[in-house]
Amino acid sequence: MILGLPKRWSLAGYFVALVITLPLVAILIQAMIPDESVFGHLLDTVLPTYISNTLLLMFWVCLGAILIATPAAWLVAKCHFPGRAIFQWALLLPLAMPAYVVAYVYTDLLDYAGPIQSALRSFFGWGSPQDYYFPEVRSLGGASMMLAFVLFPYIYLLARTAFMEQSSSLQHATRVMGCGPWQSFWRFSLPMARPALAVGVALVAMETAADFATVSYFAVPTLTTAVYDTWLGYGSLSAAAKLSAIMLLVVFTMIGFERFARRKQQLFQKQSGAEPCELYSLKGIKALLATGYCTLLLLVSFLLPFIILLNYAWQYFDESWHVEFLAFSFNSFYIAAIVSVISVTLGILLMFISRVSPRKADLLPSRLSSTGYALPGTVLAIGILVPLTYLDFAVNDLYEYLGQQGPGLIFTGSVFVLIFAFCIRFSAIAIGSVENSYKRISPSLDMAAITMGLKPSSLLWRVHLPLLRKGIFAGMLLVFIECMKELPAALLLRPVGFENLATYVFQFVSDEQLEHGALAAIVIVLVGLVPLIYLNRSLEQQG
Amino acid sequence: MKIIKNLAVLGFVCFASVANAADKLTVYSYRQAFLIDPILNDFTKETGIDVDVVFSKKGIAERMMREGRLSPADVVLTSDFYRLMELVDKELVVPASSELLSSNIPAQYRSPDETWYALTMRVRNVYSSKERLGKLNINYEDLADPKYKGKICTRSGKHPYNISLVASMIAHHGEAETKAWLTGLKANLARKPQGNDRAQVKAVKEGLCDLAIGNSYYLGKMLQDPKQVPWAEAVEINFPNQDNLGSHINVSGMALAKHSRNKDNALKLMEYLSGDKAQKAYAEVNMEYPVKADVEPSALVASWGEFKADSLPIYKLAEFHHAAVKMLDEVKFDL
Repeated sequence: MILGLPKRWSLAGYFVALVITLPLVAILIQAMIPDESVFGHLLDTVLPTYISNTLLLMFWVCLGAILIATPAAWLVAKCHFPGRAIFQWALLLPLAMPAYVVAYVYTDLLDYAGPIQSALRSFFGWGSPQDYYFPEVRSLGGASMMLAFVLFPYIYLLARTAFMEQSSSLQHATRVMGCGPWQSFWRFSLPMARPALAVGVALVAMETAADFATVSYFAVPTLTTAVYDTWLGYGSLSAAAKLSAIMLLVVFTMIGFERFARRKQQLFQKQSGAEPCELYSLKGIKALLATGYCTLLLLVSFLLPFIILLNYAWQYFDESWHVEFLAFSFNSFYIAAIVSVISVTLGILLMFISRVSPRKADLLPSRLSSTGYALPGTVLAIGILVPLTYLDFAVNDLYEYLGQQGPGLIFTGSVFVLIFAFCIRFSAIAIGSVENSYKRISPSLDMAAITMGLKPSSLLWRVHLPLLRKGIFAGMLLVFIECMKELPAALLLRPVGFENLATYVFQFVSDEQLEHGALAAIVIVLVGLVPLIYLNRSLEQQG
Repeated sequence: MKIIKNLAVLGFVCFASVANAADKLTVYSYRQAFLIDPILNDFTKETGIDVDVVFSKKGIAERMMREGRLSPADVVLTSDFYRLMELVDKELVVPASSELLSSNIPAQYRSPDETWYALTMRVRNVYSSKERLGKLNINYEDLADPKYKGKICTRSGKHPYNISLVASMIAHHGEAETKAWLTGLKANLARKPQGNDRAQVKAVKEGLCDLAIGNSYYLGKMLQDPKQVPWAEAVEINFPNQDNLGSHINVSGMALAKHSRNKDNALKLMEYLSGDKAQKAYAEVNMEYPVKADVEPSALVASWGEFKADSLPIYKLAEFHHAAVKMLDEVKFDL
């Protein structure tokens, strides 16, 4: 749009995009390398189970999440009932819970030795597991439920927004035609919200595919755990890369689905009227049911696990509060801080280029750079280690060629590799956040600035940045919590001996003694809560 | 701009921190650092050689493979035999010759080509419910007996401890017979393999199963944790195959990293670990049996009684590891 953004801006954009897509390319290349029959052996024995587990898990989690989230979203968006104002934001809280922590807590509760089964046994006088039936928590079904409980807020958030934005005149029309609330939901609200639901489902499916810790704790082998085991167990990078390629196929199918759904979504939502639609006022038993449903949901997905976690932390406080704990927290914090600054900087750069550049091809870097989020942590780790190891050796070869002692593994052996990986994975979030704020800056402002003779860099510094402040902040917060929570990439890429909160907590989960690491888990949750509440508030202000 | 400057400084700090590995020894360890720190501190006191321990639960071999000649590792400590062999197979370690090592560590517990040395031993025991079964004279072979249907708990078959056990079965009975045994064992499991060895004993206490496969030292470790004492007290420890082959032994061990830049000091550390003082401490901290013949195990460990160990030299297991892993996949042991 500007009459000439210097070429070096575009070059910078393409360079960033190239670096971010590097892991993807590396995996595809690595997958072509023969692997001494490890993959063939897996294919003959366990791979079909891994794949079907992954697909079944995705299916059940999505189904579960949609069944949980849609009624809650509709109630909050369209009805008045006691507690609505609280549920509006409180139902987002489960997002701050790492799924494996919830899984651990519920295993403790529902296991054979847990309080629930013990109580049942003593009440009915059962003696052994053969005397009665109780669903096994550590199973595909159990994992699906745990993941659905922490991931449903994605669908809830998108569906709630979609329901709220639905045109009130259409809603009036349904009433005139004689639809009650129930019929109006089935025949109008739900079909209209389908695209938003589809986006939510795609997000949930992607998160499910990327989950490592929950399925590994529940001993449900999926593609993610298979990548991890094949790599570390069989020591075959090529076979792991082949599995990763299969997984990418699954994930990109999801993204295609999401894009397809989103295309339609714009079409629908443009029709939405500005005036808020009238809320159904629920009374008596109906209000009770609505409040009860939302309370139960909040209790099960967040409050109960959180309280149990607090209790663990209280009991084991002396043991958990030590110097190492502070060191691990510091590791988590500083890496998250660095990554959020870098990601947002990249986001601003890329979106600035795609907004201002007159060249159509300059839209590409920001799109390409958003693909990083699609790579599950385990897959990303492989994709990063391959090229960075080459780089490490190249640097050392160069030193030795010059007759000097090489610097060692400066890329893969330091926290650089972690920061690099997190930036690639989470830049998409920053880009999205900046993009949303950019949409609200009128193009006429740019024109005015150019008329007054501002150069592109001054346009960015003096006009855009001050106006983007909120989006930048939101983006940084989001990237920050994702970094705090990200586990598989951290597990695989951390320098030996490096520990952060997520890896520290997971170590206790996998040793079946989360009690000792509960304090760290609470820090992860609390840090995650702040941005959620902030984001929800800014969403409401927009509304 | 200030942010960028700060970032640059931070970046350099990160880089600098890896480059100072000149005179220190770096130990890559599958054993948790707190287990070995006191012993290494003593070593530093005696020799003046500083030691850095980096602990990882999984993937050390993979990492060393990738790091190649740039790897900072000098000595590798493993918590089991399977991983020791993995290092040898992938040619990540080199022979460490020393008269002291050969005299301290019995031939049965070191590699004939000196590529690895065992440090401690433990038995793969079968724990039985005190209440429902009492003390047993059991064989590993009995675990496939249909009378134990729905009564046995174990961790993942692909865990190194179980892989080595399966390998020893193949070594003694051949592949066909072992596969039948493994299928029978799988059919007897009370639940899908999950959790660690401790969790299996807990499951016995809870009544979920009557037999649990687990290493000997877990009994000692559970007795140290007040919450776990009731679990430990609910089971009897049985040494399998006492009337025939003897109980399966697994070992923890050490090896010299191929690309160590400080092999002399690394060897000093290895010799130190094979000595009386370190052997005693290393075994005691994890409730294991020292490999050095004249070093006694702790009183608690000794109280579990004498037992007959499988006389198959431990390095023979290595030949069957691969077959064991494949077999575990074939019978879908974990699925």
